[in-house]
Amino acid sequence: MASIVAVIASTHHPFYYRASTSTGEDRPPFADEWTRKILAFRETLTRADPDVLVMVGSDHFHQLWLDNMPQFLVGKAPFYDANWYNEEREFGLPRMTLKGQEDLSAHILRAGLDEGFDLAFSNELRIDHSITCPIITLRPEADLPIVPIYTNIFAPPLPRPTRFVQLGAAIRTIIEQWPSHLRVAVIGTGHLSLELGGPRQFGPHGPDPAFDEKAVGWIADGDLDGCLREVTLDSLHAPGNATHGFMDFMLMMGVAGAGVKADYVDTFDLFHTMEAYFTWYPSARGGAR
Amino acid sequence: MSKYLLNKFLFTVDRDPELVERYREDPRELVTWWESTMANSLLNCHSGEASTWLGFTPEEREALIAHDHVRLFAMGSHPFLTLTLFIAMFERDNTGPLEYQKAYGAALAGFSLPYPDIAT
Repeated sequence: MASIVAVIASTHHPFYYRASTSTGEDRPPFADEWTRKILAFRETLTRADPDVLVMVGSDHFHQLWLDNMPQFLVGKAPFYDANWYNEEREFGLPRMTLKGQEDLSAHILRAGLDEGFDLAFSNELRIDHSITCPIITLRPEADLPIVPIYTNIFAPPLPRPTRFVQLGAAIRTIIEQWPSHLRVAVIGTGHLSLELGGPRQFGPHGPDPAFDEKAVGWIADGDLDGCLREVTLDSLHAPGNATHGFMDFMLMMGVAGAGVKADYVDTFDLFHTMEAYFTWYPSARGGAR
Repeated sequence: MSKYLLNKFLFTVDRDPELVERYREDPRELVTWWESTMANSLLNCHSGEASTWLGFTPEEREALIAHDHVRLFAMGSHPFLTLTLFIAMFERDNTGPLEYQKAYGAALAGFSLPYPDIAT
């Protein structure tokens, strides 16, 4: 059976690529520290030596639209083109093409449906920065095949937080039952407190540092009980109007397992948002091959 | 009121560089053209079929023509769509980093929780 060699949860900050590659006067003062943290975070994936990446993210109204909106969607394609004109325009993100691990996509879809998750699928999916940001930060070679999984954290009505956790736990089991010798890393990105297009956007810190501190504690400790006690669809409006992206962190807590502390935790207090980076090694097999 | 149609306008204009420029330069022309030609297009569908019932209210049309992101926020248009398109149109006029983004947020200072409902 396949082994899960790393579980990684991260924020996805579309400004990282430009900040880390800029030079001279264009280079922001926080770029060196940010790059140092990302390189250390990248090492946590590199040392797990994965063969395949399952990537959890959320389409930002690029391919998925309100006339036909899935709640959870699994890509099943041999290739995924990546990044869109408006991400090139606003963030300077490069176009990419990633290989797909189609047999794992098929396995996740079949087993997910059998487990009671009515997963949508796509045979032609252009992925966006929720998945390419962690490629850029964690595996810039972009050389490993992926299975993209999209969640709806964006267009209400949304699934409730519990459902994200349940799906994460199911993904863990389903991958571990995949009849393959390959080493799989599961990488998901979301947000801590975040405001986009509202009065609290682009402040000197994230819109709700107290929420961020609590959220980092929940994730680092694997404290799903504490997290689920406080986090609801309604409560997530308070820390910032885009904070429902935190539910992708909750999904990754489901993958990592209740009560399982992260093996690696780091944060970076930036303008606009708190960056947060977590890695779990689910088994002793998570080390060198 | 059709939050969906406001969002559809923002979504389709934002993804087309030519429409972004037309909306910046002559919003009345672009909004009028869009409503008469694009409002009823089925986006994720083969061509040859269209919807028959979508149109702006006068208030929605005027908010779009006025580039009034505060009124669009009040009407419950999706904040991410509005922000992304408006940054595309106006960030280029910045004289300092994030100047437009901060002014955009400051113009919304009159809103407190709960914000207008964005469910469609």
